[in-house]
Amino acid sequence: MSISADNFITSLKNHSFYNVAGVPDSTFGGLFNKVDRDSEINYFRANREDTALGIASGISISNKNCCVLMQNSGIGNIINPLTSFNLLYNIPVLLIIGWRGYGGKPNDAPEHWIMGEKTEEYFKMLDIPICTFENSEEDPEKISEKLNSELNSYDKSPNTKALIFKSGVIV
Amino acid sequence: MITRNEVIKLIMNKLKDEDLVISTTGMISREIFSCKDKNSNFYMIGSMGLANSFATGVAISNPKKNVVIFDGDGSLLMNLGSVTCTGYYAPKNLTHIILDNYSYQSTGDQPSISKSIDICGIATASGYQMVKDFPEFKEEDLDVINISTNSLSMYRIHVSTEDTHNIPRVSHLPHEITNNFKSKIL
Repeated sequence: MSISADNFITSLKNHSFYNVAGVPDSTFGGLFNKVDRDSEINYFRANREDTALGIASGISISNKNCCVLMQNSGIGNIINPLTSFNLLYNIPVLLIIGWRGYGGKPNDAPEHWIMGEKTEEYFKMLDIPICTFENSEEDPEKISEKLNSELNSYDKSPNTKALIFKSGVIV
Repeated sequence: MITRNEVIKLIMNKLKDEDLVISTTGMISREIFSCKDKNSNFYMIGSMGLANSFATGVAISNPKKNVVIFDGDGSLLMNLGSVTCTGYYAPKNLTHIILDNYSYQSTGDQPSISKSIDICGIATASGYQMVKDFPEFKEEDLDVINISTNSLSMYRIHVSTEDTHNIPRVSHLPHEITNNFKSKIL
């Protein structure tokens, strides 16, 4: 059980996320291509996660919701912008992150072992709230409910936060 | 060679009050703050290399406003890949000014590698529509710099290094800079 990329996109739109910047990740299945092709969503194909965050921040300061879609291996690329820009200047962006290497070694490919284990710690270290989606066996309605609640709270009162998805939750 | 401070004064005086200005880390933000502080200026005191992508997002979201970046050679080269992304999406209301002194002056004048890099060639190849290199910028060249919503532009202006000891820091707190800038976007 999992939620479809189409349902995920509907949830984004229902909460006024018509702007998305990102660097692709296989964790999200076909989501990236669908977001890129969606005529109602402006998707920005960034080359690196900090570029995605920069573009998203320029949209956010213009009072529009924007999220960054990325893989956890790119967390290192956004630490400087987060600490010396977004958190400092109070420019919120919603981070939606794929969790490669979930559970650490020996899960997933070797290049994801260390970051897979440390993913949550980076955000805890920076006092950035996180919400994890780890159970792909969960009832799809419950996953959707949790996602909608997160998007709704961002839409009402934007604050930088990371939603972290294990592979298989979105297909 | 013209000094960076002279170029900043010339261009800031040419801009309209409502034009949105985004300036990079270090001395460039400090000089712009000293020259002409206004609510439509966004001083990026940290996050070196991010000014271009942030300004791209601002430009895309505010197509009727002129958005001007004052960047340095070091900060541009730090995230040069973002130039290709900006060129790809090509917001026509974005003007990217590179004040190139071939050095990281804010950290003690260490040389950068910009002198031998064809920055304008990279911008052209990335899709910038108006690109011009000014190895010897003069006041009359100001007429060539077209701040408009007609074309994504890059102007590289070569500037001399100079004594920067008496330039004050930006006195606004970061969240005040955000609020001031937002008041000019709404």
